[in-house]
Amino acid sequence: MARRHKVLPGVLGSFEHIDAATDAIKALRAGGHKDLVVYCSHPNHELEEALETPVSPVRLFTLIGGLTGCTAGFTMTIWMNLDWPVLVGGKAFASVPAFVPIGFELTVLIGALSSVLGVVLLIVLLGKRGVMYDPRFSDDRIGVFVPAPPESASTLERLLRDAGAVEVRYAAP
Amino acid sequence: MAVLAQEPVITQTHADVTRDVVATLGKPSTGYVLITLGAVGLFLVGALTFLILVKDGLGHAGYQPPVFWLVYITTFVFWIGIGHAGTLISAILYLFRSPWRTAVYRSTEVMTVFAVMTAALFPIIHIGRQWIFYWLLPYPNQRFLWPNFKSPLLWDVFAITTYFTVSTTFLVYGLIPDVAAVRDKVSGWRKLVYKLASVGWVGTDNQWRHYSRAYLYLAALATPLVLSVHSVVSWDFASGIVPGWHGTIFAPYFVAGAIYSGIGMVLTLIIPLRRVLKLDHMITEYHFDNLGKLVLLTGSILFYAYGMEYFIAWYSGNPYEQTTFWRRAFGPLWWAGWSMIICNAFVSQLLWFRKIRTSVTALFVISIFINIGMWFERYVIIASSLSNDFLPWAWDNPNPTWADWGILAGSFGWFGMWFLLFARTFPIVAIQEIKEMIPMPRLRAGGGHH
Repeated sequence: MARRHKVLPGVLGSFEHIDAATDAIKALRAGGHKDLVVYCSHPNHELEEALETPVSPVRLFTLIGGLTGCTAGFTMTIWMNLDWPVLVGGKAFASVPAFVPIGFELTVLIGALSSVLGVVLLIVLLGKRGVMYDPRFSDDRIGVFVPAPPESASTLERLLRDAGAVEVRYAAP
Repeated sequence: MAVLAQEPVITQTHADVTRDVVATLGKPSTGYVLITLGAVGLFLVGALTFLILVKDGLGHAGYQPPVFWLVYITTFVFWIGIGHAGTLISAILYLFRSPWRTAVYRSTEVMTVFAVMTAALFPIIHIGRQWIFYWLLPYPNQRFLWPNFKSPLLWDVFAITTYFTVSTTFLVYGLIPDVAAVRDKVSGWRKLVYKLASVGWVGTDNQWRHYSRAYLYLAALATPLVLSVHSVVSWDFASGIVPGWHGTIFAPYFVAGAIYSGIGMVLTLIIPLRRVLKLDHMITEYHFDNLGKLVLLTGSILFYAYGMEYFIAWYSGNPYEQTTFWRRAFGPLWWAGWSMIICNAFVSQLLWFRKIRTSVTALFVISIFINIGMWFERYVIIASSLSNDFLPWAWDNPNPTWADWGILAGSFGWFGMWFLLFARTFPIVAIQEIKEMIPMPRLRAGGGHH
């Protein structure tokens, strides 16, 4: 991560206990540190509540993708049937019920792919670069990173330790 | 309800889960190597048969009137059906928040992707001239005619392409956080490989926020696919007027059969796999009991559908329909007809007994019966109807040849090979979802969130 980007200065607290981590997050947020980066090995509701995480806007990508797929499916089939009309089974050229499977499949296909694209875009655009990481965050530790200048590091370390952090590290620019 | 298998109390910690699952990716055991070599051997049999077919033509595969495409389409529908249980368990049970899905869903999702990948080979084998396969795609021909969108065969192209793409996306998407967990545990060149495969995943609150939301939508989008794909496959048959095919019951009948066969294959795969990969403590009696109940449910729906098919054939008063069903039970293909009814409708009823549902050996034996029965179901539907349709002078019994069996064996080898290689390369048990179910340790007693 930190290869191409400058290291973001701050303090990284490592927690073993979920309640300790949420205490630290609440205390930091109350102290004005709203731009925390919290690591966890799995999605955790208690962390989300402590961070007051808003609902992800990725649903817009799903909706727009799904509607695009549906429109594309029906437009393609109807246009192709009118572009060179061939009578099949005595049915109307633009026989909408017969095109429902195509419209449906493309709704699902484009909806799913645009959701994934949305996640990639949102994570890349909204994510912070150069944040310190510890391999144990993907195992059993929770990480709380506070971007801060070096002079406030000792205050923050005390706050994290008081909440129950088992390890605190500094990231210098 | 003391008789029901209870959700087991998970005694592992988060670190245990990572360690145990990462351990499945270590040095392979002799058993694993032998099974994989066996699968590769079977695949080579299929590959050789295919090369002979390309060189000489499809005549080797018994393509003659009145039944042309028999074993290949039977096997095609068989593999497509297998996939459905994977999506049911990974997507539908996710939406229902079913706790037992967690330990088994990754292996079923992998099964889905590789089963659909296996099925996709069959249209290519069947067309005979593989070098012009792109004629299958919807683009205008040289007279600027567009493909016929009123044909279920073209719906099928869209349904299966979508199904393959969406289930692969769902699998790869779910895998990313787990690959990141493996990346942080291994060293050397493997670390580099997993680092690239984890695409920069570190599990920040921002990543999880978008990831979890989209996972929900992917599950919601994959859910109707379970019902739609095999419905479209069934319409390939049901929209023809061939006796034995032209039934309105076909879509639900095929969907239930697909899920039934898929769970049979799940059992066939995970029972040996959990032994080989030492995951007995993660995939337990509790999971088998629930899988057994799903087999019982879908097997009973099949039982009903088989009965209803015979009833409607009699009740319709249509002599062609009646003859077809009479011949299914007492004609030259009686052995296939009864194999399908016994293996699917009757054997599944054994699962009313909890002792059988929780016995790993019994379930494994039953799962083999399910695989055989469901292959024969498609064989019966195709062979019995096509070999005796409206023109009695054209009636003839189908004769599958070595080329049919070679490709069938090769498809099992191809599927098994990919599945086994995957199980050694990527976590076959979903690390992050199991962790989600284990409460994190607390400094203060009590105060649980859930």
